[in-house]
Amino acid sequence: MTAVEVSFSYLDACLGVLVAWGAIGVAGLIRPRSVEFAGRTLFPLGAVCGVMLTVVAIASIAAPTERAVLPVGLPDLPFHIRRDALSAVFLALLGGASAGISVFSAGYFRKGEGALPGLLCLEYHVFLAAMGLVLIADDAYAFMVAWETMALASYFLVTTQHRIAEIRSAGFLYLLIAHVGAIGILLSFGVMQGGSWQFTFDAMRSAHIAPEWASAAFCLALFGFGAKAGLVPLHVWLPEAHPAAPSPVSALMSGVMLKTAVYGLLRVSFDLLHGVQWWWGLLALAFGLGSAFYGVIFAAVQTDMKRLLAWSSIENLGIVFTGIGLTLVFQGCDMSALAALALIATLYHALNHAFMKSVLFLGTGSVLHATGQRNLGRLGGLIHRMPWVTWLTLVGVLAIAGLPPLNGFVSEWLLLQAFLFAGEVPQAFVNMLLPVGAAVVALCTALAGYVMVKFFGVIFLGQPREASLAGAHDAGVMERIGLLWLAGACIALGLLPVQVVHLLGSVVQELLHVGPGDWGVDGWLLAPPAARHASYGPLALFAVTVAVVVLGAVGVRVWFGRRARRGPAWDCGFVRLDSRMQDTAEGFGQPIRHMFEPFFSMQRELPTPFDALPRYRVTVGDRIWGLVYAPLGAVVRGTAEFAARLQQGRIATYLLYSFVTLVVLLALVL
Amino acid sequence: MAPLSFDLQLLNGCAALLLLLSFSMLSQRRIVNLVNLLALQGALLCAATLLVAVRTGQGHLYLSAVLTLALKVVGLPLLLHRLIRRLNVYWDAEPVINASGTMLIGLLIVVFAFGLAQPISALASTATRSTLGIAIAVILLAFLTMITRRKAMSQVVAFLSMENGLFFGAMSATYGMPMVVELGVALDVLVAMLVLGVFFFQIREQFDSLDLHHLESLKETE
Repeated sequence: MTAVEVSFSYLDACLGVLVAWGAIGVAGLIRPRSVEFAGRTLFPLGAVCGVMLTVVAIASIAAPTERAVLPVGLPDLPFHIRRDALSAVFLALLGGASAGISVFSAGYFRKGEGALPGLLCLEYHVFLAAMGLVLIADDAYAFMVAWETMALASYFLVTTQHRIAEIRSAGFLYLLIAHVGAIGILLSFGVMQGGSWQFTFDAMRSAHIAPEWASAAFCLALFGFGAKAGLVPLHVWLPEAHPAAPSPVSALMSGVMLKTAVYGLLRVSFDLLHGVQWWWGLLALAFGLGSAFYGVIFAAVQTDMKRLLAWSSIENLGIVFTGIGLTLVFQGCDMSALAALALIATLYHALNHAFMKSVLFLGTGSVLHATGQRNLGRLGGLIHRMPWVTWLTLVGVLAIAGLPPLNGFVSEWLLLQAFLFAGEVPQAFVNMLLPVGAAVVALCTALAGYVMVKFFGVIFLGQPREASLAGAHDAGVMERIGLLWLAGACIALGLLPVQVVHLLGSVVQELLHVGPGDWGVDGWLLAPPAARHASYGPLALFAVTVAVVVLGAVGVRVWFGRRARRGPAWDCGFVRLDSRMQDTAEGFGQPIRHMFEPFFSMQRELPTPFDALPRYRVTVGDRIWGLVYAPLGAVVRGTAEFAARLQQGRIATYLLYSFVTLVVLLALVL
Repeated sequence: MAPLSFDLQLLNGCAALLLLLSFSMLSQRRIVNLVNLLALQGALLCAATLLVAVRTGQGHLYLSAVLTLALKVVGLPLLLHRLIRRLNVYWDAEPVINASGTMLIGLLIVVFAFGLAQPISALASTATRSTLGIAIAVILLAFLTMITRRKAMSQVVAFLSMENGLFFGAMSATYGMPMVVELGVALDVLVAMLVLGVFFFQIREQFDSLDLHHLESLKETE
């Protein structure tokens, strides 16, 4: 590449945005009680910063790597930062998703809900800035500081309504697992420095470590980042923390924060470690597929809308990790072209999930504000009351269900394409197993469609299940703009895959040292890895779909227009149809609950024939809690109680401890 | 072995008496007597300091002798006597270990302390180094007194006696601590005494007694 005179560095611009976020956060403390100040001024400013970050990051994806050393940190241990293609893609994701979420937040936060608006503004923008710093950190020290700041800021955001005991315990669980994960990451960095005791990423890149130690580093990183991403069995915090947090925070955590884990694992496995071994990929693939499957069947049986979305996040992160696993398998077998395909699918899905999950979480936020209900059993029929939210959420729902021409389809299709070449893997055992993985991905995608039909249908379609829903109001202007931005991104990512893949190509070039080749046919047809295999032209598909719908509508109107009339829905001759006869969330999930019964721990309360007011209740629990966490907790508690025997409560005993210690130490000196 | 000069013999006599006093404090159950013994210990300490000051001609030792006299012989015992009257605690309860058992443990401690002091006094260059073992023994015996007592009051007296032992040890090893440190320690002891005095009232307020076994219920597990 020829040297180009750049008047400003992209890295400086990114850093400027992060500093601006920090400043906006601190500015929230000027008038901490004013919703107007935080909402009408600061959050929109934060959104502007987000848009700027997106623009800078997209412009810089193909630019050469930049580095800098910041004058902050400990003496002799300054923060190193670096922007390369991988960072840029995730910075674009952060900026793009956060812009929409910030605008939405500007209209979302109300007076008297938990923490002060100014504090919320501070935590929110520190959270954003910390995530940005994670993405540009270039030494383990800066990375860990940013990582922990991110965890802490999000913990405070989750526990905004800290007066509710359940929310406090959800926050604690989140913080606990975040820290356990951080220990894994820290140990992984410790292994990767390879005896040089230099903790810059450059030192780790050039360190020569034995293959078994590299494997150890990878496993630790998979554990640490898996805890943040919510891989089964480290997922337990997700379904607790997401419903506890305010909706924009859930959107930010699910859409953006989980992606920092993806970034971290990609950074460690392709950039910092070399000599990828194919069985690493198998490990990531197993955990990814397990999470995807486990997440989607649990999502299908949830009755709380935010909990449903949290389980869906577990599923989607599982798919992303499946992509990472597949990339590692191909890379470990020296099949760079296929590794490039899998990596692009991974990055694409990470990008997609950021936008579509944000739309859905923000949609639930609007519903929650309008109705005060999170329980699917008390919602329904909101399409007439909240048309904006309904239609924009529909875009997200279709996207996450993987329907063309939206973005979810593109990434899942690319991933399945990558799976189709698994037969070429030279390891006999692996190429027998991989088709099973492809089948699991296909199953998960289908079930995700099922989950989304349930989510959308129960909330927005049918009749209102509660009388109070009649008073529901549509979202405000700011909230609509935020949702529009994110839904627009879903559509753009779906319609312009060739351009997006071209941008992602720089990352592939950087991490795998191969170009992905030119997959675009005439700029509009996506054909990986070659046109003779398969190709996809979303714009043509979109045009045909629109044409068919429009022609159909026009045709019906022309031919039957005079005879058309609006009448009541056919009630099969039963005249007293009411909202209780609709399919419920429980009812919708029942087939899944029945089919995958061994995975759930269920408690049923069945009515007896003599009940005057018969009630049927079923609670679905997570078996992993009982299998892993409860015994672990019991061991910890047991150890603590054993240690508590030291606490006798008698001053004489405590004095005796000091005395014995003194005498023993003196005797040692003697 | 050359005969010791008269003042050194006097000093050794003081040290022996200090050890004797420590033992009597270990077995004394009347708190008023305990305080008197503490005052006596302070007086002996003062005398020992004066002896060393005369022998070595170190000016600051005179000052610390005066300080000892004011604080440990007059000030603190007066304060303690007043507390005893106001709190109406004259007797300690039955000790955790009986008196003869405590004495035997005390003997073992003295042996241990002398063994410990031997290599240190071989290194020290002061004329008073032979009394270092006694100083360590006084510290450990005071510690033992604290462990075996039940009443907060007697524990505080033992604590002050431990401070005496430390002071004596510093003097025999290095002719006393620097003046600043000594002043600091003296102030600390005074403040600690005042704080503990407040605690006594609080504890009695809560439990109607100064017996510390009531505090055992304050632990977290059953």
